[in-house]
Amino acid sequence: MKISGWGRYPVIDSDIIHYHSEDSLFKSIDKHEPIIAHGFGRSYGDSALSESILKMRPAKRMLQFDQVSGRLTCEGGVLLSEILKTFLPRGWFLKVSPGTKFVTVGGAIASDVHGKNHHQTGAFSESVSEFSLMLPNGSVKTCSRSENKELFHATCGGMGLTGIILKATIKLQKVQSSTISQQVIKTASLRETFQAFEKFSDEPYSVAWMDCTATGDSLGRGLLNVGHFNDVGDFNYKPPGNFEVPIAFPSFLINNGSIKLFNQFYYNKNFKKVSNSKVSVDSFFYPLDKLKNWNRLYGQKGPLQYQFVLPKENSFEGIKEILTYLQRNNVYSPLGVLKLFGKQNKNLLSFPMEGYTLALDFKVDDKILSLLNDLDKKITEWGGRIYLAKDSRMSEEVFDSGYPKADKFRSIREHYGMNELFNSLQSKRLNL
Amino acid sequence: MNDRWLLILGANSDIAVETAHQFAKNSWNLLLASRDISNLNKVASDIEIKHQVRVKTFEFDASDFKSHNSFYENLPYKPDGVILAFGYLGDQQRAQKNFGEAKKTLDTNFTGAVSILEIIAEDFTERKTGFIVGISSVAGERGRQENYIYGSSKAGFSAYLSGLRQRLYKVDIHVMTVKPGFVRTKMTLNRDLPGMITADPKDVGIAIYKGILKKRNIIYVYPVWRLIMFIVKSIPETIFRRLDI
Repeated sequence: MKISGWGRYPVIDSDIIHYHSEDSLFKSIDKHEPIIAHGFGRSYGDSALSESILKMRPAKRMLQFDQVSGRLTCEGGVLLSEILKTFLPRGWFLKVSPGTKFVTVGGAIASDVHGKNHHQTGAFSESVSEFSLMLPNGSVKTCSRSENKELFHATCGGMGLTGIILKATIKLQKVQSSTISQQVIKTASLRETFQAFEKFSDEPYSVAWMDCTATGDSLGRGLLNVGHFNDVGDFNYKPPGNFEVPIAFPSFLINNGSIKLFNQFYYNKNFKKVSNSKVSVDSFFYPLDKLKNWNRLYGQKGPLQYQFVLPKENSFEGIKEILTYLQRNNVYSPLGVLKLFGKQNKNLLSFPMEGYTLALDFKVDDKILSLLNDLDKKITEWGGRIYLAKDSRMSEEVFDSGYPKADKFRSIREHYGMNELFNSLQSKRLNL
Repeated sequence: MNDRWLLILGANSDIAVETAHQFAKNSWNLLLASRDISNLNKVASDIEIKHQVRVKTFEFDASDFKSHNSFYENLPYKPDGVILAFGYLGDQQRAQKNFGEAKKTLDTNFTGAVSILEIIAEDFTERKTGFIVGISSVAGERGRQENYIYGSSKAGFSAYLSGLRQRLYKVDIHVMTVKPGFVRTKMTLNRDLPGMITADPKDVGIAIYKGILKKRNIIYVYPVWRLIMFIVKSIPETIFRRLDI
């Protein structure tokens, strides 16, 4: 069956194996090297693509919930949206949530996804108490920070390359309402955007939309979006229906003219320097989920996402250089998303490090692919790294320079024979 | 808390699981019965957590007729409704050569169903309450070379339900026959089914719940199946025997 990541590139022909039960799992995957677990398919690049793909979505049962501690044990294929639907009405929210709720728990662990609260709470693995991992020999290990901790830190952020995440226990967070008090701060320059992040760092949630088309003194201007759950209110939660983008849009609709127009409009729609509002969980955390298949807006090939992080001390100069470089080459990202990360965790391949991360979308063409090679070099020079969950193209050298614990990861893979069964296009490209 | 209990026999099937969720969502407590208790316990905990109802699990083997009486007697709560969802698709080719396979199909789909439902019908009649849902199949409407062992077992089951419906109508016990048509389940995962007329297990669950509220007699999940089967049944036997459908 033809399959691709969320970025719709590359497209490959894979054998699809559906998870059926823990007992029959090993037999069903054993002869299928190379195979990789696949959750809801929202990673953009080729990290969940391989000759054989194990669809984990059928493992979607919740197994245990402790109403006192908020600990939930569930199978790896449970979607975050299902957790929200079940628990938000009872006053519980995810401790860490990425920008889409359509990811599985297993996928969230494998990519060690981050959210708007990374500067305070860290990545998704911070909410993970333990998980069960099936190794290449079929044995199942419980992994936590105290038990099999080497496997725990290799698997969180390990892109599915250490085994199959069968079930996990995650901590939910108590909230006092299901609405968020949101502030939008309009900034006039990159410096102001950075300052706003620091100034509002007490807010648990923050992210900025950046106008990548603004030049000169306005370079890096944007809208910083911060918020927290309201202390009082009800827990009404009705997930919005989603509108399906029916077909891949003709890709010429996304061009420099339309990108500039959209960015200017979006920036200027906020008149006030600071505006306050009360918004729902879905509009605050998952604005793009309202459009099912929004990746089709980018045309047949889909969006090429490029997300990197730079160490904090280099973030300002580095991001300035990268934005300027793209503009000089007449390349604009329709959407730029900036976020200040907190401290790095102990996982071997987790993406976040203390500093600023910028996510850019591009329409795929030859020019952009060669420009991104240049950006890779700059990011390497500034001591940064590129996000594996959005990557389908970086080289082994760029990867190795960004992820200093890569060799440790490789030796664990070798030790357990993981590299002889679990492989993705990405792991082969990066020689993982 | 609500104290209505629904018994689902063959509760591990995809259709049964989705139907269980629909009833639980509407505050029904569940008695789930199946052979594979370890998977069933996961189904149960999922439903308990999501819908905050009470769920109990029991081992039940449709083809172990002798056990049916004690199974039903030992249930901690007498059900207010029952859904019979077990079934064995079998392998037609194998069933032609090996009577064991044919017998297993008939024992599960027909004899086992009759055995347990007679016990339940007796109890419901006595208590003057309850409804019975049987998940049969469009395959039972006309025997075809491709699956007539399975088809004839379901034909028998459908005829049984029809008679049971007449008998229990007098005591105001509703009997509903479900003919789902093509459904995307673990049983049909690797078959290429026509999308337009193939239902998801969840559609079947919703249709069953609504059918019970409306006291329907026979439901097809997608109404188009009624038409399809009408046409299939209308073909004269002299022509039908030559066809390759």
